[in-house]
Amino acid sequence: MKYLIAIIQPDRLDEVLDLLTKKEIHLVTVCNVVGRGRQKGIAEVYRSHREAGTLLKKVKLEIAVNDEYLKQAMDAIVEGARTGQTGDGKIFVFDMQECMRIRTGETGPVAIG
Amino acid sequence: MIKVSGYRMVACGLALLGWLPVPGLAGEVSSVGTTPAAVVAGISGADTVWVLLAAALVMLMTPGLAFFYGGLVRRKNILSILMQCFMMLCIISLQWVFCGYSLSFGPDISGVIGSLDWSCLKNIGMGASEYAPTIPHTAFVIFQMMFAVITPALIIGAFAERMRFSAFVVFSLLWTTLVYDPVAHWVWGKGGFLGILGGMGAVDFAGGIVVHINAGMAALAAVIVLGKRKGFPDAISPPHNLPLAVLGAGLLWFGWFGFNAGSALAANHIAVNAFMNTHIAGATAGLVWSILDWLKFGKPTTLGMITGAVAGLAAVTPGAGYVDLSGAVWIGLFSGIICWLAVTALKARYQYDDSLDAFGVHGVGGIWGTLAVGIWGSKAVNLGGVDGLIHGNPLQLWIQTKAVLITMLYSFIVSLVLFKVVDFVLGLRVKENEEAIGLDLTQHREAGYTLLD
Repeated sequence: MKYLIAIIQPDRLDEVLDLLTKKEIHLVTVCNVVGRGRQKGIAEVYRSHREAGTLLKKVKLEIAVNDEYLKQAMDAIVEGARTGQTGDGKIFVFDMQECMRIRTGETGPVAIG
Repeated sequence: MIKVSGYRMVACGLALLGWLPVPGLAGEVSSVGTTPAAVVAGISGADTVWVLLAAALVMLMTPGLAFFYGGLVRRKNILSILMQCFMMLCIISLQWVFCGYSLSFGPDISGVIGSLDWSCLKNIGMGASEYAPTIPHTAFVIFQMMFAVITPALIIGAFAERMRFSAFVVFSLLWTTLVYDPVAHWVWGKGGFLGILGGMGAVDFAGGIVVHINAGMAALAAVIVLGKRKGFPDAISPPHNLPLAVLGAGLLWFGWFGFNAGSALAANHIAVNAFMNTHIAGATAGLVWSILDWLKFGKPTTLGMITGAVAGLAAVTPGAGYVDLSGAVWIGLFSGIICWLAVTALKARYQYDDSLDAFGVHGVGGIWGTLAVGIWGSKAVNLGGVDGLIHGNPLQLWIQTKAVLITMLYSFIVSLVLFKVVDFVLGLRVKENEEAIGLDLTQHREAGYTLLD
């Protein structure tokens, strides 16, 4: 079992979710985040005071998958989120020790579903 | 340093007001309470309706200002701003009927201050007054009350995000009594030494001197005594809710029609002219500020546009009923440029933390607008007004200049002293960790926004 964290551009979210659904990956948690990479932030101006832009808005997806779905999940994210420009984001993959479906108490790969 | 608890100081302040000679609160008012306004000699129903509605519009400016300022601070301080503004509605309204109106407009003492003969609205009643011959005197009191409320609220922009609430309450009460009321008397009171009712002849239609310069200079004093917010200028987060600020600016603009057109104190051509001038000056300045932002920073900003509009509205206030349309356009145009320079260049140069630009917008806008009446004032517009420089009367510009300088000096010095005194007795500024946590939690035990449902 693997756990993916993907940081993507906010406007690519719908596309990525569609592609994940097509590959039968339904389990996903999404949140708004701010962060930075090499791209740095956009400077904002408030009453002529220029704020050094240090952080940018991104969307974070968290997805738990069984091993055989890992490649499909990564493909879906890359296909949906890649524009070829700086700031497209990252995918981090972790080994996942355990998963439990709270309603039934099932554990392991079957609980990911 | 003596530290006295805040609520005790507030209680003492209110008690002091209570000790002033205060015979029967309601007596005179109720004597004609059941008589229709039109029946009282010389009272016009139309004029009374307009002034009452205008008073309600001006009242709405204080909540408008609260949202304008509130949107510009950080999330953790929004309630402190709203609370301070609304508290002015509560406290200054009471101060006004207790003694404020009498000190400002009561029978003159040496051109400097009104007597306490009208304290608690004694001798006011529903007949006409020397200030407004066609509306009940009490209507004039109500209208002017809203001006007294919003003026100390304007100063909040200077000390936002770092002032103790108790110190704010005490300062505002003292400031209104010792600065606003006298200056209002000098300019508008019968016999006041600056104004046209027996004074040296300076004109201020709706409060460029009394409201905007007065509050602007107090703001400057606040900035000097309180110092910068921790982290200013680079580590202060941007405005937390600009849409709220835009809503506030919209309410201010709307209320300003009452402020300026209402100051005609009658439903007549002067009110119509003031209405038009108000709108056009605000529009012009908002446009000018946007263009300047566009040229300098590459983008027109929302905050710049609304700031410009407020600057234009402040600047046209003293002249709204005295200049013609072209005057209003020039006043708006230059207020956009001058206030923009004050906020972008002057503040950046001297690095003072006038947090929400109370001085840069209201002080500077008020100074410019008051001088501008000495340039574009026209008796053809308003027989009760003045001719300015371009209508062949350069002397008026000098008179306006003197009035501006006298008010600037008086307001600045007395405000500075008051801040120092309140600082000595109560402490003006919150503790460093309280400033970091935010005033909402530390001053009011509340949060403006929850993170979880």
